[in-house]
Amino acid sequence: MQAKELIHLENISKSFDGELVLDELDLTIRENEFLTLLGPSGCGKSTTLRILGGFILPDKGRVIFDGQDITNTPPNKRNLNTVFQKYSLFPHMNVEDNIAFGLRIAGKSDAYIKDKIKYALKLVNLDGFEKRSPLLLSGGQQQRIAIARAIVNEPRVLLLDEPLGALDLKLRQDMQYELIRLKNELGITFVYVTHDQEEALTMSDTVVVMNQGYIQQMGTPEDIYNEPENAFVADFIGDSNIIDGIMIRDRKVEILGVTFDCVDTGFGEYKPVDVVIRPEDVVLLDPGKGSMDGVVSHIIFKGVHYEMEVTAGGFDWLVQSTVGHPVGTPVGIWVDPYNIQIMNKPESDDEKAVGVEE
Amino acid sequence: MTKRKMLAGPYLVWAAGFIILPLFMILLYGFTSEDGGFTFSNIAAIADPIHLSALGQSIVIAAGSTVISLLVSYPLAYILSKRTSGKTSTVIMMFILPMWINFMLRVLALQMILANTGILNGILGFFGLEPLHILYSRKAILIGMTYDYLPFMILPLYNAMCKIDRDLVDAAADLGAGRFIIFSKVILPLSMPGVISGIIMVFIPSISEFAIADILGGSKILLIGNVIEQEFNLTNNWNLGSGLSLVLMLFIFGSMAVMNKTDADQEGQLLW
Repeated sequence: MQAKELIHLENISKSFDGELVLDELDLTIRENEFLTLLGPSGCGKSTTLRILGGFILPDKGRVIFDGQDITNTPPNKRNLNTVFQKYSLFPHMNVEDNIAFGLRIAGKSDAYIKDKIKYALKLVNLDGFEKRSPLLLSGGQQQRIAIARAIVNEPRVLLLDEPLGALDLKLRQDMQYELIRLKNELGITFVYVTHDQEEALTMSDTVVVMNQGYIQQMGTPEDIYNEPENAFVADFIGDSNIIDGIMIRDRKVEILGVTFDCVDTGFGEYKPVDVVIRPEDVVLLDPGKGSMDGVVSHIIFKGVHYEMEVTAGGFDWLVQSTVGHPVGTPVGIWVDPYNIQIMNKPESDDEKAVGVEE
Repeated sequence: MTKRKMLAGPYLVWAAGFIILPLFMILLYGFTSEDGGFTFSNIAAIADPIHLSALGQSIVIAAGSTVISLLVSYPLAYILSKRTSGKTSTVIMMFILPMWINFMLRVLALQMILANTGILNGILGFFGLEPLHILYSRKAILIGMTYDYLPFMILPLYNAMCKIDRDLVDAAADLGAGRFIIFSKVILPLSMPGVISGIIMVFIPSISEFAIADILGGSKILLIGNVIEQEFNLTNNWNLGSGLSLVLMLFIFGSMAVMNKTDADQEGQLLW
C-alpha cells in the first residue's frame, strides 16, 4: 500500500557559478514518510532540501506540494519548517521566545502559544527550559529546541539538514531514536539530509542515495543495503576500514608502518592516501603468517558472521569472518592485494566520514 | 620576572608616561587653584552660563552628527553586508579613504567648499540657484563632524552585520517572518552591538571636538572643547581647563555607562 503523494520535485536543475549541482532531479515524497537524502558533500542533497524550503529557486523544474505549484512561493508562505544544521536559534531570545517566534507571527493567542511551548518542550524532553538562553545550552539541547521551534507550527513536512552532524556519537545515536519517536508521535513527513549512512539506514522509510546531482538509488534501507545498483552505492553503504596510508610507489602502499602489496598505480611516490579495506576482506591467519600481527579486542556474533575488532599497528581493524576468535587471541592480518582500495585524500571532512570514492 | 612579562615592559612605560601621568596631572590641576590650594571651584565652573551653554552646544552637535551618521551608515552597512562580491570592499574603501588624508586638510577643504564664495555655491550659482550661507554656522560644524567621523560609524556597523548568521535570516523566514519582521526581530537586535560601538566611536570624539568648530564655525560657536582649549592656550589657566576636562570626562563616562547597559555583547567596552 502506497501512501498519498505529498511533494513532487519535477525535473529540478540548479547550477551555482556555472557548476551543475542538480541535474533534472525527479523525486516523489509521500505523506507520513521518513525520507533521507544521503550522499557525500556536494552531491546536491542540501541544495534539494533548500529548494524544498524555498531558500533557493531552481533554475529549471517545479516543486509541487499537495497538488499546488510552490516553486516560487517564498519560505514564509510554505507549510513546512526546517531544522537547520547549525541549529540557528536566535541568540538574543530565550528558549520560549525562540519557540514562540513562528506562532506569534501567525497571530496565535498567548494562551495557545503557552500551551504549545509546554507541549513542544515536553515532546523534546526539555520541560522547564522556557527562560534559558540558547547560548547556554549544550549542542544536543539546542538541537531539541530547534526541533521544538519547528514543530510547534504544525508543519506538514519537517526538513532536517544534517541535524545531528555537530553532536558527539553517543548523543547522535540517542537522537536517532528520539527522531523516530517524534516522527511517529507527530505523524508528519520528515525529509532528512545526511552524509552518514548509518543514520540513513536506522531512521528512514526511504533512502535516496545521491551523487553529483543525480539520484543513484532510491528505496527502503534494506533494498539499498542488500541490492546496491551501482558501485557508488555499494561503496557508500556498508562498513569499511579507512586507514591513513602512504603510497610508496605503484603497487606498494604503506599502512600503519607495514608495506602491503596492492594493484593501484598512478598515485605518485610517497603520497598520503586513504586506504579502504572492507571488513569481509581482512583475512585472519596465525600470528607471524600475515602482513602484520594483532590481537582480537572485541567480538560480536552477527548471525551470518562474526564481527571482530583486531588491534594491530595501533589501528582497530573491523573484521568480518565466519570463524570467530576469542578476545585476546593473537592473529596475523593479511589482505589480498585486489581487495586494497587506494583513494586520494578527500577534500572535505564530509567525504572523509564516509570514505567516498571519487 | 619571566621573559614574557618583560615584553610588557615598554607598554607599561608608555601607559605610565602617556596615560596615567597626564591623567594624574589633570586631576591635580583640576582640584587645585592657581596658588596650589585644594579647591572645587574649577569643577564648579561648569555651572558658569558660558560653560554650560558650550557644553550644551557640544552635546547637541555631537548628538546630531551621531544620529546623522547612524542614519546614513545603517542602510549602507546593511546592503554591503548582504553582498558577497568583491565590490563590497571597494565601497568600504571609498568611505575609509578620506581617513588617510590629514584631518586638518579635510576640514580646510570643507571650508573651501562651504564658503560663501566657495565651490558649493559656485555649483548652485551655475544652475541659477540662490547661494547658501552655511560656513561659520552650526550647520557647517555638523557637516564637518559627520563627514569626519562617518567611517567610524560604518565600520562597526558593517562588522556587526557581517557577523549575523545568514541561517538566522533563513530560519526566521522559515518560521513565517516577512521582510519587516526579519529586520525588526532579527537584524536590528543582532546589529545592536555595532550600533552601540558606532555611537561611541562617533559621539566621544565629536563631543570634545574643537578644531572643526574653530575652522568651520569661525569661532562664532563656542563648544566645550573650544573653552578648554582656550583655557590652556590663551588664558593659560590650566587649572580651569583641567577642571572642565574632568567634567567632560565624567559626562562621557556617564553616557558610556548608560550605553553599555544596553550593550549585551559588551562589544563597545573594547573601545575605551
